[in-house]
Amino acid sequence: MAVDVRPVLIRGGRVVDPSQGIDDVRDVLLVGGRVEAISASLAAPDGAQILDATGLVVCPGFIDLHVHLREPGGEHKETIATGARAAVAGGFTAVCAMPNTDPPVDDPAAVGFVRAQGDRAGAARIYPVGAISVGQKGERLAPVGEMVEAGAVAITDDGHPVMDSGLMRLALEYARTFGIPVADHCEDRTLSRGGTMNEGVVSTRLGLTGIPNAAEDVMIARDLFLAELTGGRLHIQHVSTRRGVELIRDAKDRGVSVTAEAAPHHFTLTDEAVDGYRTEAKVNPPLRTAADREAVRAGVADGTLDVIATDHAPHHYDEKEQAFDDAPFGLVGLETALGLAYSELVLGGVITLPRMVDAMSCAPARAFDLPGGTLRPGTPADVAVFDPTWEWVVEPSKFLSKSRNTPFAGRRLTGRVVWTLVGGRLLWESAERPSSR
Amino acid sequence: MPVSPYLGKDLIGLQHLSAEQIRAILDTAEPFKEISERPIKKVPVLRGKTIVNLFFEPSTRTRISFEFAEKRLSADTVNITTTGSSVVKGETLVDTARNLEAMRIDMVVIRHSASGSARFLADRIPSNVVNAGDGRHEHPTQALLDMLTIRDHLGRLDGTRVCIVGDILHSRVARSNIWGLLKLGAEVAVCAPRSLLPADIESLGVTVFSRVEEAIEWAEVLNVLRLQLERMQAGYIPTLREYNRVFGVTRERVERAPRDLLILHPGPMNRGVEIDSDVADGPHSVILDQVTNGVAIRMAVLYLLAGGAPERAEEAKHGG
Repeated sequence: MAVDVRPVLIRGGRVVDPSQGIDDVRDVLLVGGRVEAISASLAAPDGAQILDATGLVVCPGFIDLHVHLREPGGEHKETIATGARAAVAGGFTAVCAMPNTDPPVDDPAAVGFVRAQGDRAGAARIYPVGAISVGQKGERLAPVGEMVEAGAVAITDDGHPVMDSGLMRLALEYARTFGIPVADHCEDRTLSRGGTMNEGVVSTRLGLTGIPNAAEDVMIARDLFLAELTGGRLHIQHVSTRRGVELIRDAKDRGVSVTAEAAPHHFTLTDEAVDGYRTEAKVNPPLRTAADREAVRAGVADGTLDVIATDHAPHHYDEKEQAFDDAPFGLVGLETALGLAYSELVLGGVITLPRMVDAMSCAPARAFDLPGGTLRPGTPADVAVFDPTWEWVVEPSKFLSKSRNTPFAGRRLTGRVVWTLVGGRLLWESAERPSSR
Repeated sequence: MPVSPYLGKDLIGLQHLSAEQIRAILDTAEPFKEISERPIKKVPVLRGKTIVNLFFEPSTRTRISFEFAEKRLSADTVNITTTGSSVVKGETLVDTARNLEAMRIDMVVIRHSASGSARFLADRIPSNVVNAGDGRHEHPTQALLDMLTIRDHLGRLDGTRVCIVGDILHSRVARSNIWGLLKLGAEVAVCAPRSLLPADIESLGVTVFSRVEEAIEWAEVLNVLRLQLERMQAGYIPTLREYNRVFGVTRERVERAPRDLLILHPGPMNRGVEIDSDVADGPHSVILDQVTNGVAIRMAVLYLLAGGAPERAEEAKHGG
């Protein structure tokens, strides 16, 4: 697909590429779907499209290791095509599709289907993640090797935590054979026991069943011990607790092979957002306390939480328009991730802009061994260009995602994507950019 | 639809009411008590109003109490229970509400197993909504009738020491009582096995007793909660017998109290589990007074939500 692409010269932007230690005003030339050159001043080849990036940030396209695209089986919430378009609108050039579909992605045929649908969508690259266990039932291993051959980049039973420690050990050992990571949604279901929000003052006030931090902490601790035992590659999804961050930090100090995610909602909101029984703020792991939020921020800052991942979880409005207990967990994140990361973390003084790009582009590529995450010449031209001064208000009705379930509606954010290029093709150009820029 | 200048559109809980609002309801209930003592128990206060009692959870006492209150105020009432409605056919709460609204009703009294369901309904329909118990969240009329009963017997709520004994974790009655009593100046404690206490309950401003003997030593009023059988099945307590041994409000324990106790129970009781018959039927029990007051409290709430003024309740009774 890359050969006949028109050359693109992105001129005069602040190029931030931590993979090469670049943070400077440069021109970036994309030819034949690949990065051709990065330099202080480049001439445009004949027929090249020129994008004036003066005042904008040019970085490797974002990679989201954690999205739910709902296809097959949940097409009323999202399809691979709508999710892939929402991704490029958010600056993501690649996303990893979770396997908890209906039927789940637990065999090579299903992996092939997700890939094919991703290719057909022609937007962000779609990387399938296979299930750990057959049917995500937590009983016996899915055909991991065959799924890897078919294109799975990792395995997880996300949405159905692996309660059986023996199975988790096997998964880490077996996946090691193929060099892929095992990603885990850490939740001890015997502790979360039907809970719908964080356990604490707010759940007590609202009369909702709480999910204690310990439900997550004990599973993170277990998984870290098992990673140490097996030498397997562990990836811990959406860390929401302060102890969870500490446990991972300690494990990394011991040399355990572990990477971890922080989700924008966990570094932005607390369980107070649930007040008024707001189902848009119902998410699992739940929004926790201010102390947990601070720990997640600190974890992103020091790299304990390598990656920012959205856990994009679309739901139809009918499903969220229910009593809190009955509404499903999850919120959409692809189109608000950059705005939240930039406003909350960079402008909030928690991290530098290069660290943000690292957490959204380079670190995810490293964690799952994906192409991208760099603008090194010769690599695929997956690029995000965003305006770091653009102030905007989140309007869910304008989302490209099929779903609108976000607790951030009406929130004022700074930082928004202007252009997204995948394989050198301009797949997203914002129509709303203020003309003053 | 009227929005009460005293209560607003709805009564969802006591957490967001002021002390004055709570006092207004209690004071308004006083003149309404007398209606139920008349040979002809009917006044035209809510004549022409249509009230739907929407009960998604089984309830006998609360539903009948509301229904008496409505009928004695001359409202037209319809009861909808889960077994007799389209709810079992999978209709959502939103659709049920919209359909009711389309039939032009004035008020909905809702009981539902999900916390927040009363608020959910109130936000979506213009009718007045009264919460008759939502999950573990609130049961405001129960707490109001408890408070009225305490005030009747002790003459005050300010400074009164009230301990709620039992399954606090799953109890909407406990939460509503805590909010209401604290706002009116009472001291509130809770007493339960630790497995039946919600997280950070102390942050609501209550004292926690782990042993019922300590609670009895401290309290002037015990409000004893029903222990649902399901709690034992779910493993929160080992056996009902053990619960009675350790946490039961028994005659021996009550007799050892340093002062006369007032014993309340929101019903229905498990005699021999959370409360012994000797106590429930004994001289300290005001459990049936609670039931009587329940009707007056619900009349007061309906009257106020319909736009009535507390100081005009007496004349309203006479059709004024």
